[in-house]
Amino acid sequence: MVALSDYLVFSAILFTLSLAGIFLNRKNVIVLLMAIELMLLAVNTNLIAFSFFLNDISGQIFVFFILTVAAAEAAIGLAIIVLVFRNRNSINVDDLGSLKG
Amino acid sequence: MTFEQLIFYVLAGIAVLASIMMISVNNPVKAALWLVLTFIATAGVWIMMQAEFLGIVLILVYAGAVMVLFLFVVMMLDVNLVKLREGFTRYLPIGVLAAVAIFAMLYMVLGPHQFGLDKTGEPVRFAADYSNTEALGLQLYTVHAYAFILAAVLLLVGIVAAIALTIRRRPPHEVKYQNIDKQVRVNPKERFEMVKMNAVKEKPVAPKQEGDE
Repeated sequence: MVALSDYLVFSAILFTLSLAGIFLNRKNVIVLLMAIELMLLAVNTNLIAFSFFLNDISGQIFVFFILTVAAAEAAIGLAIIVLVFRNRNSINVDDLGSLKG
Repeated sequence: MTFEQLIFYVLAGIAVLASIMMISVNNPVKAALWLVLTFIATAGVWIMMQAEFLGIVLILVYAGAVMVLFLFVVMMLDVNLVKLREGFTRYLPIGVLAAVAIFAMLYMVLGPHQFGLDKTGEPVRFAADYSNTEALGLQLYTVHAYAFILAAVLLLVGIVAAIALTIRRRPPHEVKYQNIDKQVRVNPKERFEMVKMNAVKEKPVAPKQEGDE
């Protein structure tokens, strides 16, 4: 039998790996977005694990809506990246400081 | 180790290895492909937890649509990879340190001493004819119908925003656009004019006479 803690530790590992990814790839906006997607996946795994062990479908409803919002977020985030690249010819995070007073 | 545990550890191992590759590989295209592998392995774990619908949606929507969008953007942009890798080794120690610290804290909360099988008990197993999609749909279309419609509106707004952000208006001498305002505002009188004309009676052609030749 796979215990609830196994699923939770698995999702915690995915979450920490994506956090480390944000630290390591802090120059590349695209990889940052991918790491955020991985974080959402880890959180969704948590919700589904609790939904399974508590026998309550609400957790899966939450995951459904999180997936919807994450898809919209990815589309808009990528649109912004394309726009930034068109205007600045770079997606390096360090080059995007023009709002700094 | 039961068969179920074996499957779980294989899928979890694939997902963890693929996400390690995703954060450490230096080409964004490869990173996106490793992320797809993570998604597929995690979808397997979700299906193990009797969330079949969401597992399949994860593969179809995430691996199929969102990651393809990522790949599109990554391949479209001509990115200078060398510059983006600067600082990778510099931030490696602090990144690993932060990750280990946060994992330790998460493990204290989520570890087997809190959520082990002896604490949570066995999960309910459904029969083979149980439909996860049906259970999810029943809730979605009754209790959460309003939120469901709002999610649809959110997706529509997402489409409009993505198009509005990336659309590139070119000058009118390069390309012709429809002016929809003008088209809607059009008045029949500007296009079509009734002209009153008197009927003109043409003279009948004279019949050929035989003696003229």
